[in-house]
Amino acid sequence: MKKIIVYSIVGLATALSGCKKDSDFLDIPPVQVLPSETVFSDPALILSVLGDLYNRQVDFSSLDGGWRTFADFSESFPSENGSDFLVTRSGWGYGEWGTWDYGYIRDLNLFLQRMDATEVSTKITAGDKARFLAEGRFLRANYYFEMVKRMGGVPLIIEPMQYDYKGDPTYLQRPRAKEAEIYDFVISEAEEIKNDLPANLADKSRATKAAALAMESRAALYAGSIAKYGATTPTVSLSTGEVGIAASQANGYYTIALRAANEIIDQSAGTVSLYRALPDLEENFAAIFLDKSSVNQESIFIEDFKAFAGKTHGFTTNDQPYSRSDEGGDAGRLNPSLNLVEQFELLNGTFAPLPIGTSASRIAYNNQEDLFAGRDARLRGTILVPGAYFKSGQLKIKAGEITSAGTIVTTDASGGSLVGTDGPVNGLEFRTQTGFYIRKWLDPQTGSGRRGRGSDVAFIRYRFGEVLLNAAEAAFELGQPAVAAGFMNQVRERAGITTPLTAADINFDRIVHERRVELAFEGHILFDYKRWRIADKVWNGDATSYSDIINNLGKATAKSTQPWGLWPYRVQDGANAGKWIYIETKPSRVTGVNRFQLGNYYSAIGDDIRAANPTIVRQPNQ
Amino acid sequence: MKPMNKYGLFLLGVLAFASCKKDNYDAPSSQLTGRVVYQGEQLGFEQNQVTFELYQSGFGKTGPMGSTFKQDGTLNALLFNGTYKMIVPNGQGPFIWPKTASGAPDSLVINVNGSQSIDINVTPYYMIRNLQINGSSSTVTAKFDLEQIATGADAKEVEEVALFVNKTDFVSNSGDHKMREQKKPASDFPGLTNISLNAEVPSVTPAQNYMFVRVGVKIDGVEDWLYSQVQKITY
Repeated sequence: MKKIIVYSIVGLATALSGCKKDSDFLDIPPVQVLPSETVFSDPALILSVLGDLYNRQVDFSSLDGGWRTFADFSESFPSENGSDFLVTRSGWGYGEWGTWDYGYIRDLNLFLQRMDATEVSTKITAGDKARFLAEGRFLRANYYFEMVKRMGGVPLIIEPMQYDYKGDPTYLQRPRAKEAEIYDFVISEAEEIKNDLPANLADKSRATKAAALAMESRAALYAGSIAKYGATTPTVSLSTGEVGIAASQANGYYTIALRAANEIIDQSAGTVSLYRALPDLEENFAAIFLDKSSVNQESIFIEDFKAFAGKTHGFTTNDQPYSRSDEGGDAGRLNPSLNLVEQFELLNGTFAPLPIGTSASRIAYNNQEDLFAGRDARLRGTILVPGAYFKSGQLKIKAGEITSAGTIVTTDASGGSLVGTDGPVNGLEFRTQTGFYIRKWLDPQTGSGRRGRGSDVAFIRYRFGEVLLNAAEAAFELGQPAVAAGFMNQVRERAGITTPLTAADINFDRIVHERRVELAFEGHILFDYKRWRIADKVWNGDATSYSDIINNLGKATAKSTQPWGLWPYRVQDGANAGKWIYIETKPSRVTGVNRFQLGNYYSAIGDDIRAANPTIVRQPNQ
Repeated sequence: MKPMNKYGLFLLGVLAFASCKKDNYDAPSSQLTGRVVYQGEQLGFEQNQVTFELYQSGFGKTGPMGSTFKQDGTLNALLFNGTYKMIVPNGQGPFIWPKTASGAPDSLVINVNGSQSIDINVTPYYMIRNLQINGSSSTVTAKFDLEQIATGADAKEVEEVALFVNKTDFVSNSGDHKMREQKKPASDFPGLTNISLNAEVPSVTPAQNYMFVRVGVKIDGVEDWLYSQVQKITY
């Protein structure tokens, strides 16, 4: 009897549970993924999708991309044994700096398509929808800008493509657009979305009107200079326009660059100003890159980080001065070169090499930092020189001692009585090997140099200082040198330079030089030198001597193919006993030279990409 | 011995032999050697700077096998037998490579069937003629003439000429391929004849009683230099 009851219960249960309709049985909502109609009905969920897209932006130099993204081009020396290829190689491969992430483009296109669907409008407000759409388009335009800088014209895909599984994908193969068409796309997108974005800078890690305009002005400036200076390298072009822009378009682009920059300068995109919070101009310049509070009205669009919340970077760990390291031996990789240091002007706005004397008679200084006194505040705001302080401790940069007869006494170990804890010794990694440490982006916060904590200094992608220089360059190219001088003087005055530039002072060399010192280690130099078509002259493959560096200060095409250093020695005896002298030194690891070939102007498109899509034409000179 | 082990051993033997064939291809064994010539005279390049590409179609997607000429203007490739197409990409080399109507580099068909050697005839912009290099332990002098080969629409001016000295037999304008050099603009040599250059012989450690020398020509608007063959001078 008991058995019968048990069996019948089990039988009944089985029979009844099998009675559901098939469609009901199979069609259950997933519990692990959010379906897109759920996501696109809630602003918070949409923002989290957008957060992923923001996170996947591509930068050339970036704090979470590693210190090495700042290290090349003889502006610095890499003090890490595994990275000495940067100074031992004799040029770059054609594939270097390439990017081709159409997966990201597809995700952006899908986001825009789903965001634009009519049913979304019933769920979220029109204002939210417009802003989300504008942010998606901003990110897409920004990535196309990143691609065109590196690859020239690329296939312009602005809708998610779908394969029909019929075996013939040729209808999905798009040829490369013209280089000018990509720049036009970036510019027109910025114009169309700018009014859907907030006209204030309350949240700088999201797209704003100012960010869109800053992108527009930079993109138009790049396009204008490629059009103008492309004539100096006529072979760097394709007759079909995928590479190269017609010279006749230069003025049009420069006009757009100036107009977009002016729209930021006249405050119509929110309050922006140069950072002037601190009385000490050197501290002030360094603080631009550290201050994330609302006091900083200079930064426009940033990649933000947050300590103890999972988003940090190791820039400070990698590059902090060895003697001030929070993490034992982890320090000191990025050493700015003498090539860059010499570029900083005197406060009266003239160029002069650092007065170290000659090998026959060196000039002795009481304090190490005296050599660098009276210079553009950006020098010591960007670079830690010998004698500088970091985290309230003075750096111990000392290459050895020297007798009054000129005999150098030194050892191969740092930290003893002869050589400073911070170096320099040839080949001794993690200490400076040029005599300098980086200061820009270096976080003075306690513990920020530890691997576990990391630093949360934000990376500034667009800032007002650059916008002013964009405007200055565009105005100069449009034949308005007085306007250009006005913009440049704002930036230079903030750096403590007392003599303003006049309209007659503005020339191409000045424009190039100002960007080099103001925007050092911000990821500009490669793209600037490429668009001016001077990369093959500056990095021409010939060795650089000390006289090359000091004799051509401020010249746009002066070569800079090998990083030099400047090593301090303490005088042991004689009249100058206890004082410091400096000797220019090429670190012994520097055996290669930078050679930028014509084929490097546009990164190679991979053979796999060209095999999969035969309509893609190859880059010139490769 | 248990029967299981006997079968097991047998099975293992079968598997071991079965896996030895079929899925393994022989390595390519046909050696293609070639040299870039103009009227039988080999051209000189910088090592690994002038690229060429070989294509073999019929295996799905088409992609190049890219490689570079050596500094004496020769190439060397181990290939499977078959038909290949060779191109020199646009903008490569101090010579004119034929182009198709659309501007793409024209291809040279090479049938590889066993090892063989080919001459690749090209039209250089210039040729270095009557080269005389003399060296002592202190200086090297070079005298030569330039003959313009490409004329008409293809003609290009000479930008500069140079003499390079290096302690190893890699000699070129590349930074680590030269210890001493002398460069002169073409305007110093009207008519491009009797060009004379001289350079100091560097002292090196460890000491050696020979140096490697060659002259080069930079042609306006062409990135790759044209070089003479490397000569060794002993003193």
